[in-house]
Amino acid sequence: MAAIEILGLEKTYMVGFWRKRPKRALQPLHLTVEEGEIFGFLGPNGAGKTTTLKILMGLVFPTAGTARILGREWTDPEVKAQIGFLPEQPYFYDYLTAHELLDYYGQLSGVPGKDRKHRVDEVLERVGLTDIKGVQLRKFSKGMLQRTGIAQAILHSPKLVFFDEPMSGLDPLGRREVRDLMEQLKHEGKTVFFSTHILSDAEALCDRVAIINKGELRGVGAVEDLTSTVQGKVEVIWQGTQVPSSMRALGAECHVTGDTVRAVLPENQQDAAIDALRRERIRLIAITPLRTSLEAYFVEKLQHSQTTAGKTS
Amino acid sequence: MSPRILHIARNTFREAVRDRVLYNLIAFTLLLSGAAILVGQISFDIERLVVINLGLTAVSMFGVVIAIFIGIGLVSKEIEKRTLYTVLSRPVRRWEFIVGKFFGLAGTLVVNTFCMAIGVFGALFYVAHKFTRPDALILVALYFIVLEFLIICSLALLFSSFSSPLLSAVFAFSLFVIGSFADDLRGFAGLTHGFTRWFATGAAYLVPNFSALNVITAVAHEQGPSPQLILQNTLYALFYTAMALSGAVLIFERRNLK
Repeated sequence: MAAIEILGLEKTYMVGFWRKRPKRALQPLHLTVEEGEIFGFLGPNGAGKTTTLKILMGLVFPTAGTARILGREWTDPEVKAQIGFLPEQPYFYDYLTAHELLDYYGQLSGVPGKDRKHRVDEVLERVGLTDIKGVQLRKFSKGMLQRTGIAQAILHSPKLVFFDEPMSGLDPLGRREVRDLMEQLKHEGKTVFFSTHILSDAEALCDRVAIINKGELRGVGAVEDLTSTVQGKVEVIWQGTQVPSSMRALGAECHVTGDTVRAVLPENQQDAAIDALRRERIRLIAITPLRTSLEAYFVEKLQHSQTTAGKTS
Repeated sequence: MSPRILHIARNTFREAVRDRVLYNLIAFTLLLSGAAILVGQISFDIERLVVINLGLTAVSMFGVVIAIFIGIGLVSKEIEKRTLYTVLSRPVRRWEFIVGKFFGLAGTLVVNTFCMAIGVFGALFYVAHKFTRPDALILVALYFIVLEFLIICSLALLFSSFSSPLLSAVFAFSLFVIGSFADDLRGFAGLTHGFTRWFATGAAYLVPNFSALNVITAVAHEQGPSPQLILQNTLYALFYTAMALSGAVLIFERRNLK
């Protein structure tokens, strides 16, 4: 069963004060997310990621279309007991402590009283907030609030978790912890749907990604498939800082980084390059086919969409 | 009642307490103590009248200010600060949120009124040195004041569900003032003709009739309202509150939380 099926959701806002005019925030969107996968929803700022998430959470009403979450209509309140949501730049009742906030959200999510304290303590431990669980949230830093947000999203053991820009406001260590947490959630059999514009996070974590720009879906697929396009080039890495002239003669683009050299050259020059390095008695570290990075794929899709838009206008 | 409504109400009450709303009781206590001491020294035979009038009017005014200024932010503040997102993404229906917020604020006002009532009776005992049977009528006046709060809370919530806090405050306060003169408005309607009569009559029946809920002067003069008026006012306040809350729910159910 698909965890999320988005069937033509679209959203048009009316903007302007006197003369209202339509502004389309989301073109009809069709998307399926399978159970148990980490799905990345990528796009630049203002692409429509948050609008999509808000529609799925019932915070914004779509102009048209429908969706199914965990096999039910997305508007079914029972569905919400099985999903967790971390909004972008979350803000909570700052007069509460982290423990009180999670206890309150546990009540609203229907976590039974006898399990609630245990669950609250468990998630606070999981996000590293145990030591400050009695401090009012108004004294929390941005990173601490983000951790609180993650804690409230997973408090009730949801089957499906939506994270909107989960790495926002976190330091490198915090980002690493969130990545680990998402992988743990996947290992627990949960589905993770997260939006981001940080492509390295998506490439490291996601099974599949979708790219959205100006409210329109531009591409979707497994990260491996999107990045597996071999460009007819190979990447050769060797020890040292020396760049033999024979390598340059083969048309290699060489970059010295620290005590290694990275060279990119046509695939048909691969054997000649190995021979050249052997002749110079240089230690070869790696030779791999050059693949498209997620970033390159992302940029290509965005440029393509801009070109298409330019032609249309 | 849904347990979620109770949880939301309890949290709203907790917010009011933590935001030091009940600190108004200190101001109230100081006002009443000062008035009781002053009246005891300068007046003759009207201490009871002054203390009841002043005490109940203060209970009403303090409560109205709290009801308006907390009520107008109950929904709009949650939208503005986006605290609503993590509530409505749970199995909480929008109407449960509105009703829970209403009960939370109403609960705060009932507790506040209860504490103030103790103060009023304390001041009364200080100036009169005893309680008499007509003093029980003060309880009826307090009951009417609570009914007044219910209406104001629901109106503040109604305005809060679609407009900014500033506009909500203006709307709610204006309605409170007009509603306090609802009887005069009806009298004025009776003196006019044509369109003005229709308009004034419609407005008089549309605005909440707070003047019917104000029995402070009568109670101070030991004249209690009839059981029929108590029943009428109760039904009127509950009906008006239910209508205003239904309006708030209808608007909020359709609102996009951008």
